[in-house]
Amino acid sequence: MNIELSGLQARHPSASAHAPAALQGISLQLGVGEQVAIIGPSGAGKTTLLQVLACAQRPTHGEFRLGGQDPWRFSTSELRCLRGRLFLAPQVPPLPPRQRVVTSVLAGRLPAMSLAASLRSLFYPTNIPAAYEALNHFDLSDKLFDRVDRLSGGERQRVGLARALLSPASLWLIDEPLSALDPMRARLAMTALVGLAHERKITMVATLHQVDMALTHFNRIIGLQKGQIVFDLPSAQVTRERLANLYEHHEHELDSDTLQPESDQDQAVPTPVVMHCR
Amino acid sequence: MSTPNSSQANLVFGGKFRDPAFSSRLFWLSVAILLLWPLTVATEFRPWVLWEPDNRKVTRDFLASFWPLVHDAEFMRLVARETWRTVAMATAGVTLALVLAIPMCLMAARVLSLSALSGRMDRWPALLRWCVRATLIVLRSIPELVWALVFVRVVGLGPTAGVLAIALTYGGMLGKVYAEILESGESHSTHTLMRNGSGRLQALVYALLPSHAAELASYTVYRWECAIRSSVVLGFVGAGGLGQQLDNSMKMFNGGEVATLLLVFIVLVAMADAVSTWLRRALS
Amino acid sequence: MKPSATNAPLPKVFSREAANPPYKLPPPLFDARCRACWFTVALLMLVIASFVSLDLDWAAFASLEAGRSMYRFLAEFFPPDLSPKFLNKVVSAASETLAMSALGTVMAALLGLALAVPASRMSKQDSAWLRSPTRWLLNALRAIPELVWAALLLISAGLGPMAGTLALALHTSGVLGRLFAEAMENIPKGPGDALRIQGVGPLRVFAYATLPQVLPQLMSYTLYRWENNIRAAAVLGVVGAGGLGQLLSFNMGLFLMNKTATILGAMLLMVACVDALSFSLRRWLNR
Repeated sequence: MNIELSGLQARHPSASAHAPAALQGISLQLGVGEQVAIIGPSGAGKTTLLQVLACAQRPTHGEFRLGGQDPWRFSTSELRCLRGRLFLAPQVPPLPPRQRVVTSVLAGRLPAMSLAASLRSLFYPTNIPAAYEALNHFDLSDKLFDRVDRLSGGERQRVGLARALLSPASLWLIDEPLSALDPMRARLAMTALVGLAHERKITMVATLHQVDMALTHFNRIIGLQKGQIVFDLPSAQVTRERLANLYEHHEHELDSDTLQPESDQDQAVPTPVVMHCR
Repeated sequence: MSTPNSSQANLVFGGKFRDPAFSSRLFWLSVAILLLWPLTVATEFRPWVLWEPDNRKVTRDFLASFWPLVHDAEFMRLVARETWRTVAMATAGVTLALVLAIPMCLMAARVLSLSALSGRMDRWPALLRWCVRATLIVLRSIPELVWALVFVRVVGLGPTAGVLAIALTYGGMLGKVYAEILESGESHSTHTLMRNGSGRLQALVYALLPSHAAELASYTVYRWECAIRSSVVLGFVGAGGLGQQLDNSMKMFNGGEVATLLLVFIVLVAMADAVSTWLRRALS
Repeated sequence: MKPSATNAPLPKVFSREAANPPYKLPPPLFDARCRACWFTVALLMLVIASFVSLDLDWAAFASLEAGRSMYRFLAEFFPPDLSPKFLNKVVSAASETLAMSALGTVMAALLGLALAVPASRMSKQDSAWLRSPTRWLLNALRAIPELVWAALLLISAGLGPMAGTLALALHTSGVLGRLFAEAMENIPKGPGDALRIQGVGPLRVFAYATLPQVLPQLMSYTLYRWENNIRAAAVLGVVGAGGLGQLLSFNMGLFLMNKTATILGAMLLMVACVDALSFSLRRWLNR
């Protein structure tokens, strides 16, 4: 699904009328199957942007098109159909605590299942091999029948990401997928997500605080600051100065290593730096 | 979805993809269904009986007699008087219940034990507490209707039997819950006061009550609302109030009066509920 | 009063001030502007008015004569009648009461759940136009005590435990429906919102997001109501709805106090068993 935003403005749902808009004048074009990472300091409006793209929040001004059409002009049933084709993974994994991992993961497939099959799946999960496959990509297949509240925070986050693999969506909107993962698992998850998105030609928009991960795995990086797009460049063109400008008043969110000028230009792979953002 | 490779193929057939919780769910479901059958037999549960022509006619006639509601001045004066009697019975009952519950909860609360300050409670204080708790549980377990039946034999018909019945049952309920509330939360401040020589009542007033007063008051108000409903029930065995009027009207198949009384009662409970919610919110 | 900033000596008038200037005295006991004071006064007047207007017969239970008649009355309870024939009757009546309470509570839980769904607001976009009428219905069901329901249902269902079961089911469904609706409104909205964003319909959102979060609480409330219902079921028989209550009112009406004592003992035992069972089940469910 391709995305077109033009002059978009959106407010935070609980913001007062005097507060500045969460997103101002956003213009963006994404083709089918393109993967993009959005980076920026906290409060820049990354989550609001994802909410707007997921049709969870109405923009106040500007144009918004998904697959060439304005979703807010659709009828209820057409909008529901469109929603089945997108997937939003919030930062806090939306998993009911006492549900089992297999049911939580299979819930991602609900838009494509009939009502009878969905209800039957509650008694006996209908597609356990698919759930196993999806969890296997994130190295969690041994937790298939465990309860969600018995998992650690990082494991829960990976289950939330595994749901995306089962959904019939052609647009993935992922909010901070790596915030609770250690570097090795973060790499594994990112590789799995980007690889599968590539394979299935899925458009993916991910917000990240881990700038190095973004630079490594994504070809296109968008920088967001105070609700406006600061840059929209291929990852090779994102320099240290641009990053420093982006995180101007939030240097603590960038590790100090990233701000230092590169001493060795020949170094092919930059050493991964753990970003402590919160 | 990619097909599982050969090393995983045996997993499919090896039962790794079997849901382990299914057999236990099936077991509990069959147990529940098997238990349901004797229950329906024991309670002679035959809902289709309600649909038999005779019963339908009786029901229809009774429901039809609800309209028009009886609302002449004399009946409404009677209803107002009986409503006040119901509320008065509940209030008096809960007040007497407090007189009973407060000393008993103080005796039952382990947090006020002097001997428990230094290790285990001594034998006799523990026994006393156990006895008081058992008394409270017994008082709480006997339905107030049973007490009312007994008291009606002793003191005769009238609100006295109702007030006594509510006092005893609610005394048990309030006492037990008060003791539980006092024991919940941290007891550090209470024990410190007692260790430094203050008396038990002083420790109660200076340490326990300030932290738990809101919860105690809130529960009491909730029980007062329940007592209003209980006093209507007690009216059926002769304790007066709205319940007795309702019983009389039903025996005479006077649907209009029954409907008015039911409506008045629903409004009364709704008002008591509103007062109770407002109070509880104001307290917390 | 702020201390003087200058180095001038304090004026002599200060040395004649009281140690406790008026604003430092404790507040008066009754302040006309304080709402809580008025409320306490109203409460006291309510209590006094209740005692005065009810015309209670204090002499009846506080005098020596009353004490003696009470003693004689209580003495008639002993020894309780433990003959096998009567014990059989008591046991069958007790099992009828137990069945009434169990079936009534189960039916109430199902009906309460069915009513709680329209009575709660599932999400911010939910119009929930049925919320107010359903809440009124639940309040009406809840306000009428079980005994009154039983008396009303006896007209259609006839004498016997079915009227009692239905009465328990109707009253308890009002209580449980309200508790369930409040529980469903207080759960975190994350799981439900994530499914709604995917376009999943309300029934499936309920099954996959709401119910898994709220089910342990629902079962806990139901089991707790069972404890209350066993007491209610035991006395519904007084109006003719079967069980121990019917046996009790029959024997009391004939002044057979020994048999009454056995029935009361059976009631106590059953209530204690159900309380213990409900408590351990609730603990096992929330492990």
